[in-house]
Amino acid sequence: MAAQYDSGIPNPRRRWWVIRGQIGRREYLVLALLGLLAPLAAWWGLAHSGWVDKVFMPAPEEVVTRIYGWFAEDDLLGDIWISVYRVTAGFAISAVLALPLALLIGTYRPLQALFEPLTDFIRYMPAVAFIPLVMLWVGIEESAKIAIIFIGTFFQMVLMMAEDIRRVPMAQIEAAQTMGATRGELTRLVILPSAKPALLDTLRVTMGWAWTYLVVAELVAANSGLGFAILKAQRFLQTDKIFAGILLIGLFGLLMDQSFRWLHRKRFPWLYFK
Amino acid sequence: MINMTAKIEIRRANKLFDTGGRHIAALENVDLDIRANQFVTLVGASGCGKSTLLRSIGGLEDLSSGEIRVDGRPVSGPGAERAMVFQHYSLYPWLTVRENIRFCRSLKIKREEITSADVEIASGRTDALIGLMGLAPVENAYPNQLSGGMQQRVAIARALMNRPDILLMDEPFGALDAQTREVMHDLILHVFALERPTIVFVTHDVEEAIYLGDRVVLMAPRPGRIDSIYEVPLPPEREQDMKLSPEFTELKREILSRIRATSGMQTDRGMLDKLTATAQPGAAA
Repeated sequence: MAAQYDSGIPNPRRRWWVIRGQIGRREYLVLALLGLLAPLAAWWGLAHSGWVDKVFMPAPEEVVTRIYGWFAEDDLLGDIWISVYRVTAGFAISAVLALPLALLIGTYRPLQALFEPLTDFIRYMPAVAFIPLVMLWVGIEESAKIAIIFIGTFFQMVLMMAEDIRRVPMAQIEAAQTMGATRGELTRLVILPSAKPALLDTLRVTMGWAWTYLVVAELVAANSGLGFAILKAQRFLQTDKIFAGILLIGLFGLLMDQSFRWLHRKRFPWLYFK
Repeated sequence: MINMTAKIEIRRANKLFDTGGRHIAALENVDLDIRANQFVTLVGASGCGKSTLLRSIGGLEDLSSGEIRVDGRPVSGPGAERAMVFQHYSLYPWLTVRENIRFCRSLKIKREEITSADVEIASGRTDALIGLMGLAPVENAYPNQLSGGMQQRVAIARALMNRPDILLMDEPFGALDAQTREVMHDLILHVFALERPTIVFVTHDVEEAIYLGDRVVLMAPRPGRIDSIYEVPLPPEREQDMKLSPEFTELKREILSRIRATSGMQTDRGMLDKLTATAQPGAAA
């Protein structure tokens, strides 16, 4: 009865819990920070509570100290460098081979029939299970690690990129045809530019998987890199170093992901206009 | 037999679609001549094959049998002399308005294959089209910054860039609101008067078909065929007020009743009564 007139003050509960509703930029930042800091605080509290043995859970500051020590005395940069190199190489080879294949599969139905079921089949074979075979065929050199990352990402990439190509609106292609475009021109001037934003998103997503397979490869068959450092730390019960390695990998993933997003906004500004 | 004055000749065109093992005749024995510099509109109930016929003229669809000739030469695929405007999603979102319009300049078209198009397209062509279509204020904007009506202006300008002999339009204003549509009607008539292409225009809106067309071709579904052809008894210079003239309303009435008669979807009176009965208060316990 009293609330007969609109006070003009927006009701935050109503605004927040609208399906697909919007929130302000400041609110977003505060919530994002909260989401990141709350687990950190919980970790800090748990580590200092005395309930958990330090061997199982080191405190955050011990992990930071360990990262510094790793950097100063144990060649952290070398480990990072070799890991980044393996990820980038495996990922780049995958992308370079997947794109032309995806372009063909996404454009021509017979090639889709020929390759897609096969790719689907191989994609469900766990890349990790290929490690013994890869060691047998490729050896235990750098190429073995790169091969595992390749196996883990290539087949997924082909399928996702083919879908990106297939999603180019037919009207865009047909409009160019009625302007006299040849097949080559259609690919170069319409299909690829139209699919580019989606392709970059596919690269961003598969990059995450490449990091996963990197760690797998390094846990099993390496004597350098972040994954190997984690394995070595386990042998010496250096839980703080395990934490440090995991956190560093997460940080790198986040950095790469954000770089891809930044590149997306930079290269495809028209998608962000309203 | 060959009609020398016809720009587009369609002879016994048949098109079958396979849907779950059943053949559906999207076009059955369609014969039609379209004269040069004419504005022909195709109307009809959904499924009458008007879009299929248009796309076949554009070379985007293969006929099952029969033939379509343009300037006496059989159509075997899409070509620059037959530009097409689609209902939507045909603009290139990564290009600005100006770049979209100039898109065909990035193609290496074999010029001799363009029948009567200007070989030497003046560099001022883009500016002229931007001016003609009223796109000057947005020429550096991207398509997704524009309203639907403005987007269709860009699509039309882009299609005109090559000076095509034939402009094929597939419900180009179908997604626009009524007011924008009226503006676009007068704009396309203005373009038609200036450039004199041959226009084949598909629509499901009878009023649009009459207002724009010199001739209205009425098609009927199951199987897709030409039912009747109407010459529009209006002067070539069209004005919105003509929509209220007796000739206009009479033709509209005639075409609408013919569409109803051929669509096979007349309102079922008995079913309507039942629906009304159940909607009475008290009918639902």
